[in-house]
Amino acid sequence: MTEKLKLTFPHPPARPQDKPDFSSIVTPPAGALGVPPPDLRAEESQDYANGLIRVLDNAGEAVGPWADYVAGMDRNALLLGLRDMLKMRAVDKRLLNAQRQGKTSFYLQCTGEEAIGCGFQRQLEKGDMNFPTYRQQTLLIAADYPLKDLMGQIYSNECDPLEGRQLPIMHSSRDYGFFSISGNLGTQYIQAVGWAMANALSGDGKIAAGWIGDGATASNDFHSALLSASVYRPPVILNIVNNQWAISTYTGVATGGSRTYAARARGYGIPALRVDGNDYLAVTAVSKWAIDRARKGFGPVAIEWFTYRVAAHSTSDDPSAYRPKDEARAWPLGDPVERLKQHLILRGDWSEERHTQAEAELLDEVTAVQKEVETHGTFVNPKPISPATIFKGVYAEMPEHLHRQRQEMGY
Amino acid sequence: MTRMTMIEALRDAMDVKLNDDPKVLVFGEDVGYFGGVFRCTAGLQAKYGEERVFDTPINESAIVGMAVGMAAQGMRPCVEMQFADYVYPAYDQITQEAARLRHRSNEMFTCPLVIRMPTGGGIFGGQTHSQSPEALFTHVAGLKVVMPSTPYDAKGLLIAAIEDPDPVIFFEPKRLYNGPFYGDHSGKSVGWAQHPAGEVPEGHYTVEIGKADIRRAGSDVTILAYGTMVYIAEAAVEKCGIDTEIIDLRSLLPLDLETIKASVEKTGRCVMIHEATRTSGFGAELIAEVQEACFWHLKSPIQRVAGWDAPYPHATEWDYFPGPERVIRALQKTMED
Repeated sequence: MTEKLKLTFPHPPARPQDKPDFSSIVTPPAGALGVPPPDLRAEESQDYANGLIRVLDNAGEAVGPWADYVAGMDRNALLLGLRDMLKMRAVDKRLLNAQRQGKTSFYLQCTGEEAIGCGFQRQLEKGDMNFPTYRQQTLLIAADYPLKDLMGQIYSNECDPLEGRQLPIMHSSRDYGFFSISGNLGTQYIQAVGWAMANALSGDGKIAAGWIGDGATASNDFHSALLSASVYRPPVILNIVNNQWAISTYTGVATGGSRTYAARARGYGIPALRVDGNDYLAVTAVSKWAIDRARKGFGPVAIEWFTYRVAAHSTSDDPSAYRPKDEARAWPLGDPVERLKQHLILRGDWSEERHTQAEAELLDEVTAVQKEVETHGTFVNPKPISPATIFKGVYAEMPEHLHRQRQEMGY
Repeated sequence: MTRMTMIEALRDAMDVKLNDDPKVLVFGEDVGYFGGVFRCTAGLQAKYGEERVFDTPINESAIVGMAVGMAAQGMRPCVEMQFADYVYPAYDQITQEAARLRHRSNEMFTCPLVIRMPTGGGIFGGQTHSQSPEALFTHVAGLKVVMPSTPYDAKGLLIAAIEDPDPVIFFEPKRLYNGPFYGDHSGKSVGWAQHPAGEVPEGHYTVEIGKADIRRAGSDVTILAYGTMVYIAEAAVEKCGIDTEIIDLRSLLPLDLETIKASVEKTGRCVMIHEATRTSGFGAELIAEVQEACFWHLKSPIQRVAGWDAPYPHATEWDYFPGPERVIRALQKTMED
């Protein structure tokens, strides 16, 4: 009798009953990787795709070639980055709380991943377009999207620019470079490629950025996007946010035998870099490099942002059922806010006192807007939007059958 | 006026639009250099360059996904699925992205996009080159679904579709590409050059989406048909002599209920025919609408002629294809009752 062949079923290093274990994660020293030329080719990007670009070392010092690359950034730019992340944290905190109080049906935080969207967005120009996933509210915060609009969407009240059409967190803002979120995973990655192709065809000098999570790299359109971007070489940045968890599914179920997600992009002929996503300076530096490269016409680039999803997947999820409760604290790349704070203090541009004060001020600012927006209605105390909006915008012009149905509904 | 095949008429529509709107783009599998497996885009790349007309990887989801991104920015992509049977990988992009983008973004982003695809059987294409999946799209809010049956309508509807602000699924009955088909596969085929419906004006004109065409006036029965089945209906009516009004729907979504209603109210009898499989086919929707609107005018139950609820066969295609004989039986039945 032949021996039964064995399949592989990837498992995370630790389950709820275990101690967190990140011993398999290799964290190379900050400053170890250089800054490649803007015309970097896929075959030359192996070290960047398999390594990890880091700028801030354990002491909070910015070191190495990538630190030099953004050495021109003044303290105000870094303080702005810190402020964006603190604001994001305040918004997440208040809106999670609102969901717990029943004021909105659903919420989803981005705790631990703030540096990625905040850092990336500050390097974009007006007119560039993100195709975000639902965990990139950071892009809106760092684009200075009005909090009233953001929260109106969460409460589905009259402040909601989408008039209650979409699940909370599925924002949309053309003016702020934030494409309408579908909620279907992966589908928008390929749309970013199409948008960037249109940028190139019309010669408007703008670029697009696709976003996808580690779990959704398994979806068809991840591969559609990488292939199409590789074929037509439009100005698109294909971001992969690897936060280790796809709801309850360990990232290994999506990586399979591939070493990194960045390495997978190389297989399609797209140069790829892997970056410490909890390092605001590394995020800023690599975003600046990639955006500059895309705008100069050197084609697509893929970036794997290596991070950790600290919060639950959403308010409908309980991560203690599938991972150790204190796993986030053991994450070897730390917390993005703490690391930037430490760096700014080390530079003499910040202090614990000012930090505490800034946190309180931002929380006040966010809370004030929240209270105002809540006066326009919440989930528990709704001020209903006209049901006629159901039929508005299904088509540019309402066809006869929708007129009849709207009448039947009584509007 | 020039006579054209449906292929030439479709090509002419794309030519007109590529010429007068720099935002129009044409792409798909084999569409660029070669000009498409049915030659619908032949010569367009040479004329407009590969930035306007180009080949894509064999990935329907990518073709439509790219087109959604382009359309959202204001381009006017007109893409080809090589066969309607190949559209399924793009179904997610069509139904959940293209169809809903305008609504879900409260009109911040829109999706003026055309997806062309050869549909239907009668060409010995077997189960992967003969399907009629229109009902999978008429069920989706936000889409428009059309199917011309003449070169004239093909050109006018395609120009209207490219100019439409919303996504249009454009079905091309491939059995009609080169000429009308009256159901006799062994007989001599007639080209569009010999048929008055092959007359196609030069330049720009449109056929309004949402308007049916009365192909034959009649007083006893109304036939609702589209695509190839319009000619099957004509053949059946000629053979059996029942005075039948034949309505070519042309547009399935939105549907020209007014024209249908006026006809059925007049005739009091209705036969619905399509190539697609019967159960949950578009015919079910048509019949429901007709009985709701015309119940008190009906003299007999509405009849339905459709493809059998089985995969489209190869060797036994003509036993599967709903030909004139089945239509005649349905007409006779509706007259008996």
